[in-house]
Amino acid sequence: MAKKVIIIGNGIAGITCARHIRKQSDFHITVISSETKYFYSRTALMYIYMGHMKQEHTKPYEDHFWEKNRINLLQAYVQKIVATQNFIVLDNGIKMEYDYLVLATGSKSNKFGWPGQDLIGVQGLYNLQDVQRMQENTIGIKHAVVVGGGLIGIETVEMLLSRNIAVTFLIREKSFWNNILPAEESLMINKLIKHHKINLQLATELKEIKPDGNGKVSSVITNTRQEIKCEFVALTVGVSPNIAFVKESEIETDKGILVNNNFQTNIENVFAVGDCVQFKSPIEGRKPIEQVWYTGKMHGETAAKNIVGTKADYQPGHWFNSAKFFDLEYQTYGLIPAEKGENDEWFWWQDAKGEKGVRIMWDKTTHAFKGINSLGIRIKHEVCNDWLNEKTKIHAVVKDFKKANFDPEFFKKFEKEFEAAFLKEHHYLQKV
Amino acid sequence: MEFDMSLSVANHPSSEGLNAKMKIGVALVTISFISIIIGLFNQFYHPVLLVVFFVTVSIGSILYTKGLYQNTTAGVKNNGVMFKSLTNRGLWAWVLGIVLTAFYVILYWYPQYLGLNEKGNTGLVRFFDPLSYLLNGKQASQWFVYGTFYTLAILLLGIKFMYKNRHSKYQIFRTASIMFFQTAFAFLIPELLEKFNPTPQYFTKDIKNMWPLNFYFTDQWNIDGMLSGGNLGAFMLVMGIAMIFIISPILTYFYGKRWYCSWVCGCGGLAETAGDPFRHLSDKSTTAWKIERWMVYIVLVLVTIISIAVLFTMFYDNPAKYWLNKTSFSYMVIVFFGILTAILLIKRKTVFKDFDRKAYIIALAVIVFTIVCITNVLMSNGRNVLFMDAGTLRQWYGFFIGSIFSGVIGVGFYPLMGTRVWCRFGCPMAAILGLQQKLFSRFRITTNGSQCISCGNCSTYCEMGIDVRAYAQRGEDIVRASCVGCGVCSNVCPRGVLKLENGPQKTKKLNGPVQYVNGVFEVTE
Repeated sequence: MAKKVIIIGNGIAGITCARHIRKQSDFHITVISSETKYFYSRTALMYIYMGHMKQEHTKPYEDHFWEKNRINLLQAYVQKIVATQNFIVLDNGIKMEYDYLVLATGSKSNKFGWPGQDLIGVQGLYNLQDVQRMQENTIGIKHAVVVGGGLIGIETVEMLLSRNIAVTFLIREKSFWNNILPAEESLMINKLIKHHKINLQLATELKEIKPDGNGKVSSVITNTRQEIKCEFVALTVGVSPNIAFVKESEIETDKGILVNNNFQTNIENVFAVGDCVQFKSPIEGRKPIEQVWYTGKMHGETAAKNIVGTKADYQPGHWFNSAKFFDLEYQTYGLIPAEKGENDEWFWWQDAKGEKGVRIMWDKTTHAFKGINSLGIRIKHEVCNDWLNEKTKIHAVVKDFKKANFDPEFFKKFEKEFEAAFLKEHHYLQKV
Repeated sequence: MEFDMSLSVANHPSSEGLNAKMKIGVALVTISFISIIIGLFNQFYHPVLLVVFFVTVSIGSILYTKGLYQNTTAGVKNNGVMFKSLTNRGLWAWVLGIVLTAFYVILYWYPQYLGLNEKGNTGLVRFFDPLSYLLNGKQASQWFVYGTFYTLAILLLGIKFMYKNRHSKYQIFRTASIMFFQTAFAFLIPELLEKFNPTPQYFTKDIKNMWPLNFYFTDQWNIDGMLSGGNLGAFMLVMGIAMIFIISPILTYFYGKRWYCSWVCGCGGLAETAGDPFRHLSDKSTTAWKIERWMVYIVLVLVTIISIAVLFTMFYDNPAKYWLNKTSFSYMVIVFFGILTAILLIKRKTVFKDFDRKAYIIALAVIVFTIVCITNVLMSNGRNVLFMDAGTLRQWYGFFIGSIFSGVIGVGFYPLMGTRVWCRFGCPMAAILGLQQKLFSRFRITTNGSQCISCGNCSTYCEMGIDVRAYAQRGEDIVRASCVGCGVCSNVCPRGVLKLENGPQKTKKLNGPVQYVNGVFEVTE
């Protein structure tokens, strides 16, 4: 008899895991989700609200794909896991047995116990139901407040703008995302936010959300004692693992579900992947909880190997990421911290109009390339990855920089200007 | 302290109704419509009306464009596309679809209602007489009216597309090219040649409109026209043949079929400009892809065999009139298709290895069938290559494919089925260039490592219905016969994943969806 695998969660991590188990085995696979029957791309939620796409466009596979690949999809809510006896219980009381269980339950939006955080018109943004709620909550409104200056925060701002809703953007930091981005990059994005006529309130925190007479939000109070009238509040102050029902089981958890480097939990036949995972001993330089699209893919693939019996350790390789702030694309390869370390040297270049920017970082002593941030310029992943693997010297990187350009044809080239500026500042590196 | 909300003024006029510029634009375009309607119903006729039409429609549309985008930043502008009735198969889409379809039906089969009359036009056709006299020295025909509308649509909505995509030089250059080729090559040059180089018999003078898109290239009237047309006729004949066999394969080798389909072609030109708001309506399913492959290659086979049959019959009917006769023509056809068969057989393990086995066998069978047909008709001294009169076949093709498919459905159904229905399912030119692109072109769309987040913008806005995301999320390069290289997938990608490239490098196929494992890219080929 084929082994039975149950995967709870049909996000990118759970689905990648299911697909790879199918590729490598004949296991009986069931994917359970309470959010949607079919896998869709969570990263596209903002585009549904903005009217760029419909939900059907966000499904990366056609509906017949799952039957063809013998992956059973079940839209249901899992109430209980009995890990010692290898079964789960759905909210309608149905019991399902498994040989392997994969938890891919994703995240939930953080709420920090603010007064009024559960009022009508106050919400986070993580899943499809959130977007549907946001759609209902923002019909005909004029003013909204977005709390929290992360990626979901700025996406929410863009979403609201697309509906002509004036936005006040409260950010705890002194500059947007400056816990992740160096000062110049962060400043570029601040300017962009202001350019879009958003009331950007830096170094400002939410204190309280005030109701009107009908249980709806009417204003927010900040720690700077402002009262801001609004009809909608988005709480985008990060996400954390969605593991409430796992905590009641025998599966070991902390902030997330604790796993080893094979994505195995404390129970041998229970695995966990994606946002809900916390590594017991994270790989050097990486966080214990990773909430990124592509790491979800890697988790899923690696876990699948371990489940079908090919032992595989998690080896994610060099860090990379990307985002888009309004019209400004951001890409990063290697790890560039917000503030450079003792052994680091870096160089920042910006074009005359302030629309493009590149930062490269290298090791002070070996001159080896350590990472790159780019804004408004598309950079090739493979090329940067090779530079990182080969620890290419920074002057060689700069000299060869056009190899990494991934901008569309006819776009203005910037490499000569970039190289000249670099050599002006770091001329000594030429001789090394 | 209370925050002053007036600081946060709305900055997307498109969802807040019309601003002043847009209102004036709409008013001017309305005036242009009124002038057309006055012309159509013969209420009042004066050449000034035509001037009023051109001035108001041009200024009105440009003002509207300015108003629409003036307060937006340079970048992707798809807000609300899925909400609007016009762009989401709502009531307005159906109204526009029906109006366009009706226009094509009248244009093709009832031009008299537009006022066409050889003894003196009335109505809409007369409305354009002054321009026609100015350009070609003759009174207007319904095709002249159509050509004028068509060119105007590409120019004015091309400007709109350029302004909308002003952040992308690729889109700006590409649109400028479309506008130039339509205005100069399809419209002005043929009309002016008609005037300054009068020939005894009419023949087509749009160099870029090559066979088999221009299936009447092989019609006897066109060939006789070219042969009696002096230097110009000879040039058009030589160019026409060179375009098919030499120029287009070479350009496709270097740049992919985009050099034609999204930079030069008039059908593509209208789709890219006037059709832009509807590009997302193309069907992305694998079923649609399957139908596409059957249909477009069937049309290619039809037009090829029918053209051969038409030429054969022409040589048969006129044994001594031309440089070629039916025997030498048949030998040429047999040699050409013999070479194709040889290539198919010899290269089956390299060039055609990705081909579907069934498709490969069908292709071989069709080619052999053509050789058998022409050998048979030659040996039996018959007149009909396909067992019936070639002229009749040619007429059917013209009716069903040339008129109904490319015109009525191709453009009439823009707001319902997307803009490239003809290009994707019916155009034999696209079929040939697509085969060349798939088999030996340097063009492909490359993907950027593992940056794809599977959001689906690329697939949604692909007018050719290619599921771009399916490739991008695997990190695989995209080499698809149907890709016209419009560059919009790359344009709408929020993570900088896609790039149109011509290059000597091998395309990459990556191993599995997580191509980036253990810090290395797993490249299989």
